[in-house]
Formats: sequence, C-alpha cells, structure tokens
Amino acid sequence: MKPAPFTYHHPTTVDAALATLAEVAPKDGRVLAGGQSLVPTMAFRLSRPAHLVDINGIKSLERLGLDGGELSIGACVRHAAFHRPVAEGPLGRLLSTVVRHIAHYPIRVRGTFCGSLAHADPASEWCLVAATLGATMVARRSSGTRKIAAGDYFQGPLMTALSEGELLAEARLPLLPGETRYGFYEFSRRAGDYAIAMSLVTFRLKDGVIAEPRVGVGGAEGAPRRIGTAEAALAGRAPTAQSFTAAADAAAAAIDPVEDAQASVSYRRDLVRTVVRRALERAAA
Amino acid sequence: MSLEKKKYIGQPLQRLEDPPLITGRGRYAADVSFPRQLHMRIVRSPIAHGRLKSIDTAAAKSAPGVHAVWTAADIPEVPPIGFREGRIERLEPYRQPVLATDRVRYVGEPIAAVFADDPYLAEDAADLVTADIEELPPLLSADEPPREFEPGRSTEADIVRQGYGDVDAAFKLAHAVVELDLRIGRHSGVPLETRGAIARYDAARDVLELHGAAKVPHRNQEALSRMLNRPMAGMHLYEGHVGGGFGIRGELYPEDVLVCVAALRLERPIKWIEDRHEHLIAANHSRQQRHKVRAAVAADGEILAIDDEFFHDQGAYLRTHAIRVPHMTCGILPGPYRIPAYRAAGHVRLTNKTPAATYRAPGRYETTFVRERLVDAIAAKLGMDPVEVRRRNTITSAEMPYHRPLQALGEEIDHDSGDYMGLLDKAMARVGWDKLQADLKRRRAAGEAVGAGIALFVEKSGLGPTDGVRISVDINGMVEVVTGGASIGQGFETVMAQICAETLGVDYRRIRVIHGQTDKIEHGIGAHASRATVMTGSATHVAATKLRAKAIDVAAELLQAPAAALDVIEGKVVRTDRPDGPSIELGDIARHLSATSKTRGDREPGLSVTGWFTTEHQVYPYGAHIAVVRVDRDTGAVTVEQYLAAYDIGRAVNPMLVKGQIVGGFAQGLGGALFEEFRYDERGEPLSVTFADYLLPTVRETPRIDIMLTEEAPSPRNPLGIKGAGESGITGVGGAIASAIDAAIGKPGAVTQLPVTPQRLKELLKAAPAAP
Amino acid sequence: MTAKLDVTLKVNGRTHKVHVEPRRTLADALREDCGLTGTHLGCEHGVCGACTVLVDGEPARSCLMFAVQAADKEIRTVEGLAKDGKLHPLQQAFTEHHALQCGFCTPGFLMLATGILERQPDISEDDLLDVLSSNLCRCTGYENIVKAVRDAAARMKAVR
Repeated sequence: MKPAPFTYHHPTTVDAALATLAEVAPKDGRVLAGGQSLVPTMAFRLSRPAHLVDINGIKSLERLGLDGGELSIGACVRHAAFHRPVAEGPLGRLLSTVVRHIAHYPIRVRGTFCGSLAHADPASEWCLVAATLGATMVARRSSGTRKIAAGDYFQGPLMTALSEGELLAEARLPLLPGETRYGFYEFSRRAGDYAIAMSLVTFRLKDGVIAEPRVGVGGAEGAPRRIGTAEAALAGRAPTAQSFTAAADAAAAAIDPVEDAQASVSYRRDLVRTVVRRALERAAA
Repeated sequence: MSLEKKKYIGQPLQRLEDPPLITGRGRYAADVSFPRQLHMRIVRSPIAHGRLKSIDTAAAKSAPGVHAVWTAADIPEVPPIGFREGRIERLEPYRQPVLATDRVRYVGEPIAAVFADDPYLAEDAADLVTADIEELPPLLSADEPPREFEPGRSTEADIVRQGYGDVDAAFKLAHAVVELDLRIGRHSGVPLETRGAIARYDAARDVLELHGAAKVPHRNQEALSRMLNRPMAGMHLYEGHVGGGFGIRGELYPEDVLVCVAALRLERPIKWIEDRHEHLIAANHSRQQRHKVRAAVAADGEILAIDDEFFHDQGAYLRTHAIRVPHMTCGILPGPYRIPAYRAAGHVRLTNKTPAATYRAPGRYETTFVRERLVDAIAAKLGMDPVEVRRRNTITSAEMPYHRPLQALGEEIDHDSGDYMGLLDKAMARVGWDKLQADLKRRRAAGEAVGAGIALFVEKSGLGPTDGVRISVDINGMVEVVTGGASIGQGFETVMAQICAETLGVDYRRIRVIHGQTDKIEHGIGAHASRATVMTGSATHVAATKLRAKAIDVAAELLQAPAAALDVIEGKVVRTDRPDGPSIELGDIARHLSATSKTRGDREPGLSVTGWFTTEHQVYPYGAHIAVVRVDRDTGAVTVEQYLAAYDIGRAVNPMLVKGQIVGGFAQGLGGALFEEFRYDERGEPLSVTFADYLLPTVRETPRIDIMLTEEAPSPRNPLGIKGAGESGITGVGGAIASAIDAAIGKPGAVTQLPVTPQRLKELLKAAPAAP
Repeated sequence: MTAKLDVTLKVNGRTHKVHVEPRRTLADALREDCGLTGTHLGCEHGVCGACTVLVDGEPARSCLMFAVQAADKEIRTVEGLAKDGKLHPLQQAFTEHHALQCGFCTPGFLMLATGILERQPDISEDDLLDVLSSNLCRCTGYENIVKAVRDAAARMKAVR
C-alpha cells in the first residue's frame, strides 16, 4: 500500500498554483490539500496522479471570514477550524455541530472543508451542508474565476462541476438569519464513519408555523441534495410530530437510495425517514 | 532483616514488557532490517476462481530495482504447506500451494512474488505482473451443494462426526423438539500489526533465520526444515515483539515459506511486510458456520439430546489447522450441560474465499452462540424461565470430574472442576437480576426496546501434553527463564516471572524471560489455546522449585546449616531460624557452581535446571456473561448498556492481566456480535478490504464492562491450580447479546445470525411488530 | 520512480536530512530514514491511528502525509516523550493502568493523547472519548486506555 510515483509541486501563491495546474492537470495532475481522502486512495493505488500540486503552502487560501453576508472558507481551511463557532448566530453553531461527525480528530486537523467539497463523497457532511444551505463554490483557473451554485455543483458520487485544471479556491456559505433553527442527524455504524444516511434541516418559526424550510439528505444517493417535497410538507405547518413525520415520509419517498455493503435500498430508505425526522426534532428542540 | 516472603502470584503487578513498548523501542516484524535486504511483494489473484493459464512477468522483471520475479514454475521443489498434526492422507489434496499453479481459488491467493530493493519499487513492479485467468464460477457458500474441487474430488473435504448415546431414541421419546437454523459470520482476529517475515541465510554458519515468528515458532521450525530439507539446527525462528495474535498470527503461511526460499536462493535477506489490504484477504479468516440444530426435551426442561448438523465454510484451502476447528466445534458444543445423547456432523466445505482457521476461542464462540440460542429457544417453547432450563441441565460440582466421550484438540473432554450454575447465580446476584428484569420490563412498557440476556459456557485451555523450561541464575544473581512459549502481547514474560519469583524467592524484576527463540531451547509449543500460563507456567513452577532446592542444597554446605532451616528470600538464601545469621546471595551460589569453581565439588556446573510439566488433560475454566442492550427500533442499531463477564479461572497469577484479557476479548466478541464481517459479492470479490469496511469497534462502541473473577475451582491438574485466561472474554458475547436483543425487541428466537447488523435487525423488526 | 528530494525533518528537536521520493510517506521516512521505528503502520489508510505523530503540536496520521510536506515542521514521535530518562506522565499511566497489551497501537495513542491534553487539559469526558475513538486497539477493549489518559491528564495538570 505504497502510493505510485508522482511529481510534487508546491506553489506558494494562488497564481503559481493555477499556472502549475494549467500545465499538469491535463497530464493527470491533481490538487493536494489535506490529503485525508486522496492519500488513502493513492495508498490503495485506486488513484495514481502523475502530479500533485500541494496548496498547503499558500497562505491566502487559509482565509476564513465574513464577506458580504457570507462566510468565506478558503481552500486550506481545516475541518478543525469549525470546532468552535466561526461566526455569530446559527451558522457558526451549525458548523460546529456538524464538524464533530466528520471522521476523527486528527483527520479534522488536517483535512479541509473545500477538499471535502472537491472530493464530493456522497456521505460527506460538508457536502450536505453545502447542498442544504446553498453554498457557492468559487472555482479558479489561470484564465479566470467562476462561481458555481451548490445545485449545479454536485453531480454524482465523486463528481462535481469542477473542470480539469480548476482549483476550488473558496466556498461561500450564506449566513443564517438569527432565528434560524437547525438540526443535524447522522447514522453511521461506528463513531466517525461515513454516514449511511444523514439529514440537515433548517427552518424558521413565523407565527408558530414553519417558514423557509430546508431539508437536506446526504449519504443516501449519489450526491446530497435538498428534498423539495419534504420542505413542502413543512412549509406553513406547525412544528409537530405530524408534520415532521409527513416530511420524513416525503423524503423517504423522494430519494433513490444507493445500495452498498452496509445498506440495501429499502433499509436506506427507512434510515432516511429516521434521520430526517430526528434532524427536525433536534431543530425544534 | 525481615524474613517476610514476598507474594508475587496473585498480585496485579506492572508488566515487565512495557518499558520498550511505551517508549517506542519495541521491535516488531517491520522494525527488523538487515543490510542488503530485498523486499518481497506478493502478486495476488484478482479472481475468486479460475484457471491460471499464464503469468507475464517480463515487464516486472525489467522494472527499476527488481532482482527477481517468481511464479510457481520457479519453485517446483517447494511442497504445499502441510498440517501441524502431520499427514492426513485424505486431506492432503486440499493443502495450499505456496504459489498457485494451475488454479486460483480465492481473491488474494499468491500467484507471483517480486523481490526488489525497496517496498515502493516492489509494489510498482508487482503492478506490472499480469495473469491470464479463465474465470470459473465461484462457490461462495457452504450451504450450497458441494462441487468438484478437482476432478474426482469434492469441495466437501470431510464430514466430521462426534457423538454418543441414542439420539434417535431420545427424539422419539421427547416431550418437545426445538429446531434452529443459525449462522455465524466470517470474522477474524485482525491484529493491529499485520504479518511480517524476514529471512536471512548465513552461509558462514549454514543457518537460515526467520524473524517475525509468533505463536508456534518451534512447530514452524519443524515444518520449514521439513519443507526446505534442512537440519533443524540450521533453521531457526525468532519472535520479536508481536502486535497481537488472536490465533491467526504465527501460523505458517505461503509468505513465510517464500522469504525463506528466496533468502537461500538470492543470498540476500528478504523482508516481507503485509499491508492491511493483504491482511484482510490473505491472513486466516474464521468462524463462518451454519448450524441446523435440534434438541429433544422433556416437559420439565431436561435436554434429552442434541442433534447438530453444521456447515463449515472453510474457504479455499485447508491450512495448518486442517479440520481442527470443525472437529472442536463438534466436541465442545454441549458445554456446561449434561446432554445424555448427542450427535454432531460437520460438513467441512471449501469455498472460493480466504482460507479459514482459528480465531480466539475457535469453535467456542460459535457453539456458545448455538447452544445458548438453543437453550433460550427451549425455554420459550416450554414457557420456562431460561435460567431454570440452564439450572435443570447444568453439570454440577458433585459430578466433577465430568467425562464426556467427545474430543477437542485430540483429547477427550474431561471437565476438571467447577460449579457452573453457582457462577451464574453469583453473576445474577451481582447484576441484581430480578430488579434488573423488573426495570427493563418497566422501560419496555414505556416504549423502550431494552432487554437482558445470558450466556453460560465452559472454556478449555492449557493444551498439553508437555512443556519444559530452563532456569538459570548468573553470578550477579540475575535469573533467566528460557521457555519455548510465545508472547503475543498477553503479558507472558510478566506472568512467568511472577511464578518464578514466588517459587524461587527472587524479585520478579530480576527475572528475564525468553520466549520464541528456537536456538535457545529445543522444545516449545508456543502460545495458543490459552495454554501459556497453564503449561509453561506450570513448567516454570517445576523448574523454579528444582532450582530453589539446588540453591538450598549448595547453601546448606556453604553456610554449614541444615537445608530445612534455609529459605530463599528476595534472591538470598537465609536461615529461617536465625534471621541475623549468615546468608548467601543466589549470585554467589552460582559463582560457587561455575565450571571452574573449586567449591563446586562433584555437582554439575551452573545454578541452572530444566523442569518439565506433563499433563494428560486440558483444564476447563468456565464463565457466565450477562448483557443488557438497547435497540433503536428505527435504525436497528444496538447499544450495549451493561455487561458482566463472570469467570472462574482457578487461580489468577496476575489478576490485572487476566482482567485485561477479558475486557479485550469482550471487545472482539462485541465486534463479532454486532460489527465485524467479511463479505463478498456474487463474483467472490471481497468487500471488506479496508478498515472502513471491516469494522473494528472503537472506544465509542465498546462499553465499560464489569468483571467478576472468581478462583473457586482451581484445577487439580497442575501444581498452581491454574486455568487459562485468554479466551473467556470473547466466548459468550455473541450468545449473550443475541439473547438480550431478543428480549429487547420482545421476540424470542429472533436473532439467528451474527453479526446482528443494523440492517439485519431492522429486517427482523419489520418482519412482525414487536410485542410490548 | 521519481527524482528524490532533499528534505529536512525536525523530529523531537533533532534535525534529520533525508533524501526521499515525493511519494514517501512521513511514516516511512520516520521509520526507515530517521530510524524511528516507534511510529507504527497498522493500516496505511488513515483509519487505525497507529502512526499518529504530532506535527506542529497537532496529532496527525503520518501515513496520510508525505515526508516532503513535513519539511521544517516540528514533529514529535513517541521516542521523544520521555525526557532525561523520565517517563512522560502518559507513559507512566499507560503502564500503571495496563493500558497496553501487544503495544502496537500504544505509540499512536500516546501521541494522540499528548496532543490533545496539551491543548485541552480540561477536556470533558465526552470530548475525550470522541478524540480517543480516532485510534483502534485490538487488545485492551480501551477501558484501561481511557483510565490511563484520564489519570495522566490529572497528573499533567498537577505539574502545571
């Protein structure tokens, strides 16, 4: 389990990184950020990049801060940065709740938020956060920068809208209004394992009824997404067991679950029902 | 000066093994390196079953740093790996070749070996080896009808049968018959250190050395010297630190043979370190069985007969253990119960999966699950309390020794001592069984899915027949205990030192314990079957007793004192009747006994002795486990809320280490009950090939457990009354948790398969609504 | 095979100049190039934690880092825990509480625990279990590891 050989590049500026990427990406070059997902696949030789462009030496990519109503998360911001709330209000708390479910402490110290989004494992917690909250992905190449909405970004298991030679330089999460409630629930076999199913929900209560519900489901399909029918089952209803069950049932009905060694289609569907309901209950608590 | 003799046996002393291990100075297999060594990388079959038509090694041979690439054609003289107990004619065709010849039979089977300067380069080159394999349909289940292993030979290698009494008559007379169909999943020991083997040939001495040995170095010395046609004196094995054994490490595997052959032929040291992916497909698997078991019972709960037919999924080959596990499965199934008539037939069936052999408590983890499920089912059928069914059938202490005409590990079962039901009663008292049950009932009424379950079992340990130990004292009074035992991380050195210390009368920290070095002692049967403390410990006791007598004999002459008035206390021979009288250090006695000493007289030189311990029977410790679990009805997840492992060990040399064995065994049993499983797809492709797929419990999944260690039934079969400790923690876990889950979901007999994964449990929950 | 690079590793306060391929993992460089075999490889894919070392004070899987990436960082391994022949409180607690059997996972647990206790001496029970769930042990059932780390935490605070 030794990685195949590669040429190592370690630029110290974004521009240099983009220039190198432009050159080596067509020759099977990849970005190395935290490496906590990429390096294991290299150890199994499931991936054998010929070039690695290590971005860990680029200081400007470590930026984590507020920017026009959004939280800007640079490509080198580690998971561990979110252990304590990084922003006032619900978003910071939400992120610090979710981060505890990501792998284990040493992985969180090294792995990066954007790396998770670029890797796009269907069971990645951050991908679910990005999909549910409507993150904007800032993709850069030497010839320019583009923004990709979460709905367009996640295209399937380990597949994103990033094209060859693009660097996911930043992810932007919209701040949540102060009264936003959130709930996250994940089911995995062991502590720190990838989710077999998980759900992140947010909503506000307006005059005792649910407003602007968002119901995200991850780990169950090829990519995380919001479930419109579940949100519709909540909007304008009181946060009761009845409406939560209706939303959970809607989510379970809406998804097309993947089957793997851990979970059959029908089991995963059952789990989606459970995680959505429990996420809603946590949000309401 | 005080004449108080210090106690070592029975004390929770700190381990002698720890200092190098906690400071990073251990030497595990991967830490062994020799100048000019080459690294071996195995090319493995990617196909579960196929005809191996050709292997192309040309590209690999010309890759950077490569010295040789071998296929089976390069080592025609090397025979398949034999069985430890010797030739078994009818089973010989099922042995594993060191490299596959014309057939591949499981994903992971070695088909070629690359030797290169560096492990990275070896792996690069191994990637370049291509094999032309004509895929054949794989046989993946021992339930399926057997097929042809090779022309004229069935994949059913054997049917092992054991039994006694008139089973058919018992079923005819029975008040009721209870029948179950039970499955145990494929698990294994999965030690944290993968396997490793480093061979070096020293032409100057004509000695072939194999480093990285474990468990049974002497037996492997025999096997390798036979396979390689070398004198045993020119074939030595060395055990370093061992990163966990659990039954699977230390068996003789193809890679061990290959490094030896290569070291001889390439005249370079050869190092092979298994990677984790390889480990999960190449090292022994274990456990997988399906039992179709029936019990004939009387109206009062007496079990009149058990009739078990089981299917043992052996995987692709018979390895060193041949058919020991299924044979022991037959022998040990009745456990603590009388069972007047018994019949077991085990179908040993080869499949296209990793070969199977022993994993901690082989045959017992499986049969305890089966037997205890059966007892619970009997209780359910008769409307009796499961505890009462156990009480009705348990062998009592008045019946000891209790002989059963069945065999395990080639010996007749002969329970030595114990009060099995007494231990269960104590365990139930410890958890407050009645109150516990009332609490659980209340919680169930309130909607929770919680329940308690029991497993009662008898272990076997201390496989004989003989072990020898040599103890010597040097002129500085330091003691060396040379054993043929092995240390797989269990605290062997400390335990032997404690026995020697108390028996001889020296501080245990002045004792150095040697194990696993075939050039230090001729005989040794290593560490397996919970035998180290029983056998090697008893031999240590015998030797230390002799050494003490010898020292006193010399001291009596030197001190001009009657031997009866002398004792050895903290390394000094003293007069017990005159505390202030003259004394002499053991080191000084050793000096008097040195070969050139003028005061030696006609005694043999050296303050050293060899002691042998021989036994005809194993010893039978026993245990009772009680589990309390909570089931999440929505997800099917199980949480163990409470667990008690009660165990009578006869005598604990170091209770801290015994408890450590039990807690660690429990965690493994928990893995087998809820998490761990080697799975395959329909093509025979293994699905559990990473630590993200083969789920070892972490600290989060492993609850703290309560241990009740008793010493009420010392074994009459050895001088210290010792019984083994290694396996009791794991044996009952599958059975106890299964029973607790049944209770939690209100469905007696629901759990028929281990591990109880959330998905399986969810299916059980959906099958019919739970009774409140 | 790709060109080897000169890399300077600072391990336990000592400088090691090594010449390695970029693909060489930090774990292999520590073990094979620096001769520090106390760092163990249990899985090489970042799950078991046996290879855990401290990189700039934080626990990291040394199998998931390349040696070139660790250039000029402060690396600490199990060999550096004892000072002047005196065991670190965690080492002391591990032996006293019988928190190791085969000892293979021990260096990883020691470094994981060192990293976390230096940062969070008052870590809660739940957070501690969360951190300790990072590493696998196959022998002990964890109970004594948790006890040892708790005990060491108290001793380390007392020294402070």
